[in-house]
Amino acid sequence: MREDKELKVGKHTFKSRLFTGTGKYATFQLMKDALAESESELVTFAVRRVNIDNPNEESLLDYLDKSKFKLLPNTAGCATVDEAVRVANIARAAGFSDLVKLEVINDPETLLPDVVGTIEATRVLAADGFAVMPYTTGDPVVAKKLIDAGAAAVMPLASPIGSGQGFIDFTYIKLIIKRFGGIVPIVVDAGLGVPSDAAQAMELGADAVLINTAIAKADDPVAMARAMKLGVQAGRLAYLAGRIARTEIASPSSPVEGVIK
Amino acid sequence: MSEEDGAAMIKVKVNGEMREVPSGLTVGDLLDYFKVRKAAAVVEHNRVILKQRENDAVAVNEGDEIEIVRFVGGG
Repeated sequence: MREDKELKVGKHTFKSRLFTGTGKYATFQLMKDALAESESELVTFAVRRVNIDNPNEESLLDYLDKSKFKLLPNTAGCATVDEAVRVANIARAAGFSDLVKLEVINDPETLLPDVVGTIEATRVLAADGFAVMPYTTGDPVVAKKLIDAGAAAVMPLASPIGSGQGFIDFTYIKLIIKRFGGIVPIVVDAGLGVPSDAAQAMELGADAVLINTAIAKADDPVAMARAMKLGVQAGRLAYLAGRIARTEIASPSSPVEGVIK
Repeated sequence: MSEEDGAAMIKVKVNGEMREVPSGLTVGDLLDYFKVRKAAAVVEHNRVILKQRENDAVAVNEGDEIEIVRFVGGG
């Protein structure tokens, strides 16, 4: 079997190839338990205004053990380059790290990324020292432009955010991995619904997956977190083990010689 | 606190809304005034992002625009 390499995003290294989100959990405690079970080492979260009239709402950060996780602030909710750059800088002022998950989205129906804005924001933030992890479409041309703009990883979707459809198509994710997999980590972000979806991404040679809704909204998020962890591990092992070629016709598993007649 | 108590009030925009706050506050004081947990918040003062340790060194003045943000669950 090929030996596994350490996953590296910018200057940060990870043993776990399951990145996780923190949204949509019924409670922070449930999120904490699920994240622990997932063994994820990179968790993402959003930046929002404090509710001045109710400033003592529970803080997400109280439930994230900084010794276990690297924290990945995201620009979810930002519709323009300026908004995303502003939010990334606000998050950096809190002193987490140089990592940022970049989202520039202005189509509420599909939540597809504005790839033009995403490329531009990647350029601005990378030049300012951020390790930018842009959420993008499964488009190799866009992936190339993001890498040229300085992205530290490329995060193509499998299907729309929160949809749980898994991969709609494999053509372009395969191409992205083939062309750019050795240059920056390819992280499949969005649309994965079940562990087999995560395993498929890893079997194809994705470096990691990022999962939020499929864990948070499962009937039992802690159990699903474990299932996703195992799916990612199985898929990675299969990738390293090397799958057989697909053939159109059968090939007997038992010897054809010496059959008793 | 009100003007009758002797403290002059100023108007500032906080998280998009006009608010009256006592004059003479620093940003750190403002967080206390609104009872915001300082460790969990980041402030942008007139579009300048403050490091948390800078909050006590920046004065709040009439007409300032202040964003107080926190971190929430998201994917």
